[in-house]
Amino acid sequence: MVQSLNYLKETSSQTAGPYVHIGLAPGAAGFDIYREELGWDIAGPNAAGERIRVEGLVIDGMGAPVKDVMLEAWQANAAGIYAHPEDPRNAEVEDGFRGWGRIITDFETGVWGFDTIKPGATPGRNGSVQAPHINLWIVARGINIGLNTRLYFEDEADANANDPVINLVEQVDRRDTLVAKRTEVDGKVVYRFDITLQGEGETVFLDI
Amino acid sequence: MTGPKTLPKGEFFMRDRNIHPPAYTKDYKTSVARSPQYAMLSLENTRSEITGPVFGHNDVDAIDNDLIKNYAKESDPIGERIIVHGRVLDENGRPVPNTLVEIWQANAGGRYRHKKDMYLAPIDPNFGGCGRTVTDEDGYYFFRTIKPGAYPWRNWVNSWRPAHIHVSVFGSGFAQRLITQLYFEGDPLIPHCPIVKTIPDQDAINRLVAALDLNATVPLDTIAYKFDIVLRGRRSTLFENRLEGN
Repeated sequence: MVQSLNYLKETSSQTAGPYVHIGLAPGAAGFDIYREELGWDIAGPNAAGERIRVEGLVIDGMGAPVKDVMLEAWQANAAGIYAHPEDPRNAEVEDGFRGWGRIITDFETGVWGFDTIKPGATPGRNGSVQAPHINLWIVARGINIGLNTRLYFEDEADANANDPVINLVEQVDRRDTLVAKRTEVDGKVVYRFDITLQGEGETVFLDI
Repeated sequence: MTGPKTLPKGEFFMRDRNIHPPAYTKDYKTSVARSPQYAMLSLENTRSEITGPVFGHNDVDAIDNDLIKNYAKESDPIGERIIVHGRVLDENGRPVPNTLVEIWQANAGGRYRHKKDMYLAPIDPNFGGCGRTVTDEDGYYFFRTIKPGAYPWRNWVNSWRPAHIHVSVFGSGFAQRLITQLYFEGDPLIPHCPIVKTIPDQDAINRLVAALDLNATVPLDTIAYKFDIVLRGRRSTLFENRLEGN
């Protein structure tokens, strides 16, 4: 026998279940309890950069929209800075920019969407540069541990082509599952990003 | 804003997927069509994973962690009055201070205050069923609530969830984000539950079971359960290659 390493073990994940909204977005569950719910405003009013909307569906293995899903977004500001003390430039982040949001689907259609600003490029490992992206975390009934993925932008083709994470996806035709399609609706920039949980066109998920 | 001084700034330990449920767990039926089939892409930490949202005591109100009072209209809710308390630690045993902990649960009868819950047990007019708090400098948190009841769900014909409280916790980086469920010591439904059994490791299941904590009960008032939460650890900085740009 040898000495014990004495590390604690991470608490195991469990599904968020069908009623995740009660805890994390009670307004969506149908009642009002907190002074202010968290995660409704990702960028705040003062953030520089292009105002965008992101919309999509989460689709299950049968091709049906997942109507009880909750997503969380985490992103840098337009200058590529995270509002977190371990980003050395975090003091430059605009007042009110949190970079984090919670996104609930329409319970009837499964469509979700959020307003934010388009993030800037961020540093990667070993001097590389990561293309602009939004980190997404997806929980729902039937999902045993939250799924991580990234949303990249169609109109950043050059940056995407050099992105160290996209380039880790060995099957080249799967890389597009990480890229949101740019459209304009009534003069507003909308990125469409459908997430396929399983099967044909399955989105690339990340073990971060 | 400065980070907690007790925590190293390195990368997170690799997540041990052997103590987490896999995506596909056929006895929990909803997972069958909601589980990715391809392998995940393993990603070394970048700044995108090491950072995460920062919360402060300004984000929550003092009453938010008291589910006995935070939705009380006419009187207190009905049910077993309990305290749930513990610490948020990392795998190195270090406290995770100033992190957001959120919970949600059914009422004493197993009914959720959610427009999608149609179970015949009644809503409690004085019970909302959610709470939130921010850990203190020692990683400590506590809630006061009503012990939830078991409830039936459409999995098998006769499936009942054990009494449980859903727990959401952030940590300091997005890679530590975790949602889990707290179960209660001695509940005979635990070993029957297909959601519990998505976890392949019995020790890991045991770590989700809150212990009765008589030392923390308030005599003649409230029973206590202790539930520590462990998030991924971070490497020390001894021999670490610093991430470029940090």
